[in-house]
Amino acid sequence: MLRVVLAEDSVLLREGLVGLLERFGHRVLAAVGTAEELTAAALEHRPDIVVTDVRMPPGFSDEGLRAAVTLRGKLPGLPVLVLSQYVQRTYAEDLLDASDGTGVGYLLKERIGHVEEFADALRRVAEGATVVDPEVVRQLIRRRRDPLARLTAREVEVLALMAEGRSNASVAEALRVSEGTVSKHFGSILTKLDLDVSDATNRRVLAVLAFLRG
Amino acid sequence: MLSPSPPPSSPEPRTALPRATRQALPRAVPRALSRRLLGGRPWRAALYLLTSVPLGVATLVALLLLAVVGSALTVLVIGVPLLLTLVLAGIPLAALERRRLRLIDPAPLLDPHREPPEPGLASWLRTRLQERCTWRELAYALLFAFVLWPLEALAVGSVLLVCGGLIGTPVMMAAGGDGEARVLKLWLADSWPEAFAVLLAGVVLLPLLTWPLGVVARGRAVLTRALLAPPDSALDSRIAELDRSRTRLVDAFEAERRRIERDLHDGAQQRLVALSMTLGLARLERPAEPLGGLLDRAHEEASVALVEIRELIHGIHPHILTDRGLEAAVEDLADRSPVPVEVLLAVPGRLPQAVETAVYFAVSEALTNVAKHSGASRVTVTGVTVRHSLSVEVEDDGRGGARLGGTADGGRSGSGTADGGRGGTGLQGVADRLSVLGGTLLLSSPPGGPTVFRLEVPCPPADSRT
Repeated sequence: MLRVVLAEDSVLLREGLVGLLERFGHRVLAAVGTAEELTAAALEHRPDIVVTDVRMPPGFSDEGLRAAVTLRGKLPGLPVLVLSQYVQRTYAEDLLDASDGTGVGYLLKERIGHVEEFADALRRVAEGATVVDPEVVRQLIRRRRDPLARLTAREVEVLALMAEGRSNASVAEALRVSEGTVSKHFGSILTKLDLDVSDATNRRVLAVLAFLRG
Repeated sequence: MLSPSPPPSSPEPRTALPRATRQALPRAVPRALSRRLLGGRPWRAALYLLTSVPLGVATLVALLLLAVVGSALTVLVIGVPLLLTLVLAGIPLAALERRRLRLIDPAPLLDPHREPPEPGLASWLRTRLQERCTWRELAYALLFAFVLWPLEALAVGSVLLVCGGLIGTPVMMAAGGDGEARVLKLWLADSWPEAFAVLLAGVVLLPLLTWPLGVVARGRAVLTRALLAPPDSALDSRIAELDRSRTRLVDAFEAERRRIERDLHDGAQQRLVALSMTLGLARLERPAEPLGGLLDRAHEEASVALVEIRELIHGIHPHILTDRGLEAAVEDLADRSPVPVEVLLAVPGRLPQAVETAVYFAVSEALTNVAKHSGASRVTVTGVTVRHSLSVEVEDDGRGGARLGGTADGGRSGSGTADGGRGGTGLQGVADRLSVLGGTLLLSSPPGGPTVFRLEVPCPPADSRT
């Protein structure tokens, strides 16, 4: 069970998310509608994880994201999952730059619909994993086409899934291949991208993202 | 040319019309006469001339004071701004005169002054001193102070004096106490009937004398119009007004876009997410077939709708542009481009919103064209601001042949979401949009390439948002 502080300005979605989180056995300590309330609630409750929207009142700009970044500064190691309506590399980067990048997630809101995936991502972020939306990763890959041109389509697929913070087993399941195949793919990716081989999931993702960011 | 002949019923109204006019005429004539005599016009003329006098006096005093004090203090440097104020004194006076002219001349006189290119006193002064109308307005101020108002005072004064003298005769007779009064110092009225006859003459004379007064006022209005809005500057100000209205249109268009974006984001998008979430939860209950299959399909459709609406909203107005400014938004465009894009933008801080938006959509259009038509393998977007002007260049290594108003292969480029659905206007639309901001678009695209798309926009620094 996770103790969650939730910030989302749309009442409809907020209520839905509360229901969803409770459905998966988590406890929502506070569900708020502004970035200011989010900061206050997180400081008060010290939750296991903060889930927040990017665009929040009062400015309906990126207040939620800023609040999350500030919170990471105030409560080091606080897991934060940011939900966004946009595929935006800049936002994901802000979040990853806010600390050592562990225990953060940047997901598109539409991922919420895939409730099991979403619940899984939430749990992994709370455990300290880094989860970046596959769409964002796809964008990054498209951008850095040249250095990645050497990767096969399957390897890019594996890379995208790994950037989500999945383990080899989880990637294997998603692609319906064996775990051994996945680690072989990943070894080849690291070689092609001149990256050190390491078995820590997060360092793996971070290294890949750092490389993709250029 | 081949239009059908007019319907046979048309002669009927042609005969009916003059008849109606003939009937209306006898009634219209006295109405017009009474309107002329009793209507507002003579009084407006009198008011116009009457207000001229104190204003003229004030102008004269102000000009003399500024000139005398300014020249005396020039040795002490502080006189210089006073003399400068003297030179610019025509501007507020002319603004007031343009308003006052409305008393007798319904056609408005437009302000011939230009907007200074950037905020601040220095820029305003430079603009004003370079304008011909500033000097013409100074000439008007001098003419007004030294020549016009005494003449107007004379005209209004004599009418008032003559009529007032006549009408006031009985009062003077009563006040004098000796049963007589001197009428206009010309003759002596020594009986009450005579005094009242003079009064009557004055009352009759008053509306008659308003006629020459009206003529004087009209002459004065023509002179004011000629000096404060000569024909060429009238055209200039008409153009300026057109420019302003075009800017307003573009601004309104932009505001509407943002409203639509906000509405979609806050409404449809949130509802779709909630719907997709509910469907996702429903699927968790693992319902039996065929409901399970239907739920899966509904969920998939909701997901597709979400992707589509996300892209749609982004095309209408990318939120990153508002949040993070031009650099981040162009980086985002580069992320989305199927052709690899290198972005080298050096734009310090935030630019005015209109500039950011116009340049963003220009670059977006350029990149869309590159992806669709050029066959290029690389694009470079470079941009710098030099002396309050932003220039951005999009260069690709494609086959070239692009031109304004369309592309080489005749393909219209307005169908993508990237240009926000300005339906087929393509590069011409970009050029139009930039020209509203005083910017230009240059396109060099020889067959075989390379294509260089270069835009320049003046951009006064906006308050930086962080």
